[in-house]
Amino acid sequence: MTTQATAPAAQARPASRPSLPAWLQEYGVYAAVAALLLFNAVFTDHFLTTDNLRTQLIQVAPIVIVALGMALVIGTEGVDLSVGSAMALAAALLPLYLGYGLVPALLVALLAGAVVGAVNGALVSVVGLQPIVATLALFVGGRGIALVMADGQLKQIVNPDLLALGTGSVLGVPLVVVIAAALALAVAFLVHRTTFGRQIVAIGGNRSAAALAGLPVKRVLTGVYVLCGVLAALAGILATARLTASDPSSLGNLMELSAITAVVVGGTPLSGGSVRVLGTVAGALLMQLLRATLVKHDLPDSTAQMAQAAIIIAAVYVARERRSR
Amino acid sequence: MKLSSSLAASPAAGSAPPSPENADAHGARPSGRERIAELVQRQGVLAVLLLVIVIASFVYPTFATLDNARGVTVQASFLAIVALGMTLVIITGGIDLSVGSVFALGGVLAAWASQWGVLPALLVPLVVCGGIGLINGLLIARAGMAPFIVTLASLLGARGLLLALTDEGATTYLVPKGSFFAELGQGSVWGFGYPILIALALFGAGGLVLQRTSFGQTLFAVGGSSDAATLMGLPVARAKIMVYLLSGLLAGLAGAVNAARLSSGVTIIGAGMELDAIAAVVIGGTLLVGGAGSVSGTLWGVLLLAVIQNLINQIGSLNSSYQSVVSGGFLILVVVAQRYLARSRRTA
Repeated sequence: MTTQATAPAAQARPASRPSLPAWLQEYGVYAAVAALLLFNAVFTDHFLTTDNLRTQLIQVAPIVIVALGMALVIGTEGVDLSVGSAMALAAALLPLYLGYGLVPALLVALLAGAVVGAVNGALVSVVGLQPIVATLALFVGGRGIALVMADGQLKQIVNPDLLALGTGSVLGVPLVVVIAAALALAVAFLVHRTTFGRQIVAIGGNRSAAALAGLPVKRVLTGVYVLCGVLAALAGILATARLTASDPSSLGNLMELSAITAVVVGGTPLSGGSVRVLGTVAGALLMQLLRATLVKHDLPDSTAQMAQAAIIIAAVYVARERRSR
Repeated sequence: MKLSSSLAASPAAGSAPPSPENADAHGARPSGRERIAELVQRQGVLAVLLLVIVIASFVYPTFATLDNARGVTVQASFLAIVALGMTLVIITGGIDLSVGSVFALGGVLAAWASQWGVLPALLVPLVVCGGIGLINGLLIARAGMAPFIVTLASLLGARGLLLALTDEGATTYLVPKGSFFAELGQGSVWGFGYPILIALALFGAGGLVLQRTSFGQTLFAVGGSSDAATLMGLPVARAKIMVYLLSGLLAGLAGAVNAARLSSGVTIIGAGMELDAIAAVVIGGTLLVGGAGSVSGTLWGVLLLAVIQNLINQIGSLNSSYQSVVSGGFLILVVVAQRYLARSRRTA
């Protein structure tokens, strides 16, 4: 039932009269992004400029990358609270291994993300813990490990190759944005065109049925958390390169909430069984644009937070209408 | 006795655990292994806590002093009050992510209102924070929305409200010196600070409500299986609304008492507190799937976290980052142990 949400509109059950809630659930997030852009084009000075759009995209890129992994996890009816800690861990490891060269340092940082994911995945799939509890442990402990490794200190990054990752651009498009877009395409391909993607959706839809059907439930679950951890570590690397400093004490704070918000606002149900990749990207963009719009109109951060809260509630309420029909 | 019945609840299987009423029938002839498993499940945290305290007292002479004990317990009392509400929420199978923000909001509101006396200083935060809890409860119980998302939104909303109240964090409201409200946070009876006494009184009341009232039994039934509880004719929606309301009220109260203790409404506290509270509840043996748990376990869980923090300060040479590493380690240890104990009991 819910798996249909992933299918293109053409495959959806032919509705005799498309109702407003159904339409909103399917396209609401895109409509909202378009409406915000339109509003800004008319009412906000200097919003639709290349410079500003560049800034917005650069800021949203790490959130998109983390949210892509989170979308996969949520697709299996899980959740990963440890993504911010995985980012901090990757950031803490970078300066320690940059002496051996950029590639080894990047590999170690990504490996740390994979290890975080593997621990989460093992706790969820082998031990059978609830995802919130399983990932809570590394949420609490992961940042501590990162701080212990970094001696609790912020370290400047001087490696020019690494900094180029954060500030470079390809044909005028910032490298981080290119990476985020490429990853979104890759994850969309993974979800819609590969066996692994179908297994994710099947396990999220009904885990016992998937197990009875002979799907490798434990392996897929572990793989999903490992992917999420690696993506979070990559986001941590890119954010560190942009900041030109490794800051394990604050990097990735509240990232789990931003990522979950992007996924949910993008139309992926928390109850699993469906992954909306494009929706997730749009969800992240919507939250970013909303904040930027309010700030440009001199509305304080407090208003932005309350508006975000309202959007989350609205998105989930709309999704609920659809499913209960 | 009744608490243990729903341990068999498995998030994977999705099967409805036995209702609390069946517990006594099941527990009539427990095998030896089952009995040990249950004992560890229920008293394991207390045992670990006592063990840590005994060892620490021998190793660090500065640990087992009355002053240190007072310090630790006063610190812990605020998290304890918040975690009490969280326990009730989690027993119904829900979760409340908003408590950290609500705690901070309660503190700011109390400090702001304290200029008019002690009654407004308590009533304003309770009304506002209770209101947030009520909205959470209504959206979850009546609109059928996921607790995780609803309370995530109110986490943002409450922090937004707090920022709006304080001119984006620029204004700090001070509690008038020597006022009765400040005394509430700083005063003590026989050396026990009021915050400790308030927390203990609330835990006593919470334990009685949970174990001795039909409302408490309803919470366990709702957490065991919401559908079954509905079929039994229990007021499921009302129970759910009630626990979120209570969680909001308790977080607001804890924030208010904390403001009284600090003499000001600090805007930057409370971030991440929801996860500390959840960790304490889980370490205390309450199952996140709902249907089983106790407030006493939560109290030991809070104290264990506080003692770990204090010990790391005592050791001194360790930086404070180790605290979260150790807390996270304990959390994994406890939940994995719980999981295997629950499994062994099901097969026993």
